[in-house]
Amino acid sequence: MVSGENRAQPPIGLTVLRPIADAMLTHAHAELPNEACGILSGSLADGIASSFHPARNAEASPLRYSVHPEDLVRIVFEIEDAGRDLVAIFHSHTRSAAVPSATDRRAAMYPDAFYVLASLAHPEASPESALRSWRIHGGQAFEVPLSVG
Amino acid sequence: MSSVRIPPVLRDAVGGSRSVAASGATVAEVLRDLFQQFPALRDRVTEDGELSRFVNVYVNDRDVRYREGLETPVAEADTVILLPAMAGGSS
Repeated sequence: MVSGENRAQPPIGLTVLRPIADAMLTHAHAELPNEACGILSGSLADGIASSFHPARNAEASPLRYSVHPEDLVRIVFEIEDAGRDLVAIFHSHTRSAAVPSATDRRAAMYPDAFYVLASLAHPEASPESALRSWRIHGGQAFEVPLSVG
Repeated sequence: MSSVRIPPVLRDAVGGSRSVAASGATVAEVLRDLFQQFPALRDRVTEDGELSRFVNVYVNDRDVRYREGLETPVAEADTVILLPAMAGGSS
């Protein structure tokens, strides 16, 4: 359905600024027992996420997330109007590893973006341990290096 | 003709335009006209001929799921937005 053809070569890895990584995990813990979600913006060409836009999980579920439609339309166009790029889509897994599930892979509609997952299985984990970054194309997930800097 | 705002993720399917015009009195009619103009867009947001459940449609920033779905009326002054959802989960 979604093709990544004829697109600019994406950056190989993703850098998330440390205050942003901390904010993502704070949001994820605050949303427990449900999964949390949000959007990262910054520079896609440089692979740098420098702002975090938390969103409501419309599913309000420990097992599912959907960025609330009102938040989604507001955030996506706010990012564009600010001259920034939508860099990554974030959500948490409350108990399992930060690896895209079959549901995550089937629902992925943004081939240019990174998908950043947080595992809350170990509550004291650092951002470096809790966060992993992926690209998802054609139902397949490919891990890419994530650095916190 | 109504205005259809195209988000960056779908823009390459409409030749790079931020906004395009499409005619129709309902969301379904607007989408039909839009897909005739831009078959590549249809390929991106439909599955088996139906609008993907992972694509949100808004009229004036209101998700049509909370209105009348594809039968939601569209006036000439309205803005329609097609926006792929961000969804998934650990299950």
